[in-house]
Amino acid sequence: MTLTVPMVFFVVLAVSGVIGALMVVLQRNPVVSALWLVLSFIALAGMYVLLAAPFLAAVQVVVYAGAIMVLFTFVIMLLNIRHDIDDGLRHVARRVLGWAFALALASVLYQMVRRPWALGPAGTTTLESLQKTGHAESIGLSLYTTYLFPFEATGLILLVGIIGAVVLAKRRSDLIASRTVPAAPRATAGMTAGARPAPVSGEPMKTTAVSPETQEPEATA
Amino acid sequence: MNPEAMIPALAPVAPVSNLPGGVPLEWYLIFAGALFVIGVAGMLVRRNALVMFMCIELMLNAANLTLVAFSRALNSLDGQVFVFFVMVVAAAEVAVGLAIIINVFRARETVYVDEVNLLKG
Repeated sequence: MTLTVPMVFFVVLAVSGVIGALMVVLQRNPVVSALWLVLSFIALAGMYVLLAAPFLAAVQVVVYAGAIMVLFTFVIMLLNIRHDIDDGLRHVARRVLGWAFALALASVLYQMVRRPWALGPAGTTTLESLQKTGHAESIGLSLYTTYLFPFEATGLILLVGIIGAVVLAKRRSDLIASRTVPAAPRATAGMTAGARPAPVSGEPMKTTAVSPETQEPEATA
Repeated sequence: MNPEAMIPALAPVAPVSNLPGGVPLEWYLIFAGALFVIGVAGMLVRRNALVMFMCIELMLNAANLTLVAFSRALNSLDGQVFVFFVMVVAAAEVAVGLAIIINVFRARETVYVDEVNLLKG
């Protein structure tokens, strides 16, 4: 087997992709994990270029490395979470078991590749025909003819995703109102009730002024 | 009857690679398998819901790479169309999933899945 230039590119991309993926798992800080994941995604985009799928590579960079990772970093920033916690023996056991299970899965996958297998019947989109029509155009033709119905269903999935995200992430004003409005008067009512025995002789005017407006919300609630 | 004898294409020959540049198909499969395994390991090892989500993205990308590699090796674009559908599902899943994580954080002040244990017996 002679070593060609694409093979060298493949090895470089594969090494950087695996390193990026490993660092996602090994890094403590979720922001650093997200940045390593971007490296992994870009390595995959390079692989798509090697596989003569330049349009997919562009989509990979724009959608994954762009949109999805920006969403991730925004949420990390929004939540302002601390680093991962080490909780002693349980954490070590989970780590050992997790990597052991992953290694077992890797050996199973490797056996699947090493067993004798062959490709199914070939299609008609050769590299020459792809160069004639262009990659994006070929995919578009397939998407709008053969896969038209799944494509329409895709639009529905995106709509559900948009509505679901908005509904879930929205601060519900009715919940906040029911949580904060009765809580504040009840606290002042408890404070005045507890403080009432002390200033009985000192300030009788203040307790009579406070009590009507504090007991009013309790009666309605 | 031996199932491998029923399919004549399953003779023990190495699959012929017609990928650009002569990169063997197995290389792509092994790399995709490595990415998938790392994603599984991350799901099992990490307890941060955000990092677990990233590992799901890693696994989806590994599956995407096998789809593209096979589609190129078979001279067919169908696999690459499916990559689009996977990307759409991943985008919608991330949007909804991150919204759920934000909601959990508002309710419990944590994103660590071990601390969200209301259903634990």
